[in-house]
Amino acid sequence: MSNIADPWKLGDYEFTSRFILGSGKYSVDLIDASVKHAGAQIITLALRRASSTADDNIMNYIPETVTILPNTSGARNAEEAVKVARLARKLGCKDFVKVEVVHDSKYLLPDNYETAKATEILANEGFVVLPYMYPDLNAARDMVNAGAAAIMPLGAPIGSNKGLRTKDFIRILLDEIDLPIIVDAGIGKPSHATEAMEMGVTAVMANTAIATAGNVVQMSNAFRLAIEAGRLGYLAETGRVLEAGASASSPLTGFLGE
Amino acid sequence: MLAVLEQRNAFDYEKFTHVDVKHALEETLDFRGLSLQGFMALLSPAAAPLLEELAQAAQRVKKVHFGNNISLFTPLYIANYCEDECTYCGFSRFNKIKRAKLTDWQIESECKEIVKSGLEEVLILTGESQAFSNYKYIGQACKTAKKYFRAIGIEVQPMNVDEYKYLHNSGADFVTVFQETYDTDVYDIVHPGGRKRIFPYRFDTAERALLGGFRGVAFGALLGLADFRKDALAVGLHAMQIQKKFPHAEISISCPRIRPILGDDNLPSDIGVPLTPVTEEQLLQIICAYRLFLPFANITVSTRENEKFRNEIFKIAATKISAGVSVGVGGHGEEAVGDEQFEIDDVRSVPEICKMLKNAKLQPVMSEYMYL
Repeated sequence: MSNIADPWKLGDYEFTSRFILGSGKYSVDLIDASVKHAGAQIITLALRRASSTADDNIMNYIPETVTILPNTSGARNAEEAVKVARLARKLGCKDFVKVEVVHDSKYLLPDNYETAKATEILANEGFVVLPYMYPDLNAARDMVNAGAAAIMPLGAPIGSNKGLRTKDFIRILLDEIDLPIIVDAGIGKPSHATEAMEMGVTAVMANTAIATAGNVVQMSNAFRLAIEAGRLGYLAETGRVLEAGASASSPLTGFLGE
Repeated sequence: MLAVLEQRNAFDYEKFTHVDVKHALEETLDFRGLSLQGFMALLSPAAAPLLEELAQAAQRVKKVHFGNNISLFTPLYIANYCEDECTYCGFSRFNKIKRAKLTDWQIESECKEIVKSGLEEVLILTGESQAFSNYKYIGQACKTAKKYFRAIGIEVQPMNVDEYKYLHNSGADFVTVFQETYDTDVYDIVHPGGRKRIFPYRFDTAERALLGGFRGVAFGALLGLADFRKDALAVGLHAMQIQKKFPHAEISISCPRIRPILGDDNLPSDIGVPLTPVTEEQLLQIICAYRLFLPFANITVSTRENEKFRNEIFKIAATKISAGVSVGVGGHGEEAVGDEQFEIDDVRSVPEICKMLKNAKLQPVMSEYMYL
């Protein structure tokens, strides 16, 4: 599959890879493998990590060809998220920002209401805003109206590796929201990524699945292939798949009109 | 508070069986973590023969929540005057030790020295003295430290909400206050004088700090002062209670223990109560149980523990490590001007700790924090 034939856009920027590396667990090896083997063109980065002055500041290890998507991780409300985003811009992180507002340290679930508020403020300031959210249709519409450039619904609690537990709700977003949908959080293995891509999401983001794999390089390769397979499946218009039971090959109503 | 104490006192750990522990380990496979009954089972003697399985589960859960990241910090003792009379502590009011408090200039000098090591987080400590180290003195220290560090924690006497607001505005964001023990009878005996005698005021410290705008609070019992299994249960319950009330709060757990080596120069042989020493195996069991009950919490293990234990515990369950530690007043740049609170075992420098972590395929993290 040629990536070049199947690009996607975020604001005015075009990407060919549909894998985004998340920011939870970083190591230099992980970044290297994600870029070289998973094909990541976007890496999210918690600004609270990026602004470190330490020699091992993670910013030093991200290739210049990769787009950094700063996130507002650590923000507990809209006001703090806006503050972090503005700081990211000052540090030269272009205009991208993934808005992440979490005020629950136990489950790390996003606060859709505060996220929408921050999205509106930042979009008005010219940011390309990607809100991380619980996949609620009404909230997603709020994000669209607030000026979001894409929607990032969670597939399962962050770090849980549980896969697409919110699949039905993400499907509704795919039907109703005319923005790129990027599944964020919960993707625990390559088959989860394939499943999401087959549904028609624009891209998937993962971190824990690769960061905690036994072999980071192999897992990066696996994710690239899984995402490409899922995308091809979507483009090829996957045939009918029944969840249970069977489909009669001789229709019962065939006698009608005989 | 009463709910925590009632559950602690009613905890009959002898009733838990091998089957209860196995069931609890199965619970840890669920992302939501361990139930309270499961936590109790893992703290019970019945879990001891399954320690390896506990460690495996703890490591798995730690990986999910923290990946390979281990945060580094160092303590900075700025004063050791104390008005409390804790019978087990080197800083205790009537102990004949060399007392001192650093001037602002000395604090700045210490900060400059520490920051050379690459550390970005510091924990400012004092004895508990309103006369020598009140909130304004500590606040000034925080303002000075803020020029050099991204994250500042304090481990000082409990304050009221307004004082915490002042300290938060001065740059501090994390508060550590150990309850020491949740056995109120033992608490009374080992704290015969000073403001620390007031058990409920200390218990509610985390809540006041959060109301004062702090981001995170750390809990701990000095394991071995009283029944350590019951105290470990109370620490977990206390932390969970605060997390429920303040969902945004970042929770940390510390795991100091009175070591079983009686006769240790730093441990008074008579502290007023019989000690219940905690072995290394028991400490590991407790830390694993904490990890599984509070998967989201940072866990710190003190330099009182030896190098070998600390090397291994960070692979299994702990997430925050001190390095380049001096527990005297000052001592990072110039020689310490005041005596130590206790004797440390693991004296490794920041580069040595980083090397150890990297060899263990762990990622040293200097700071993941932003003052907002």
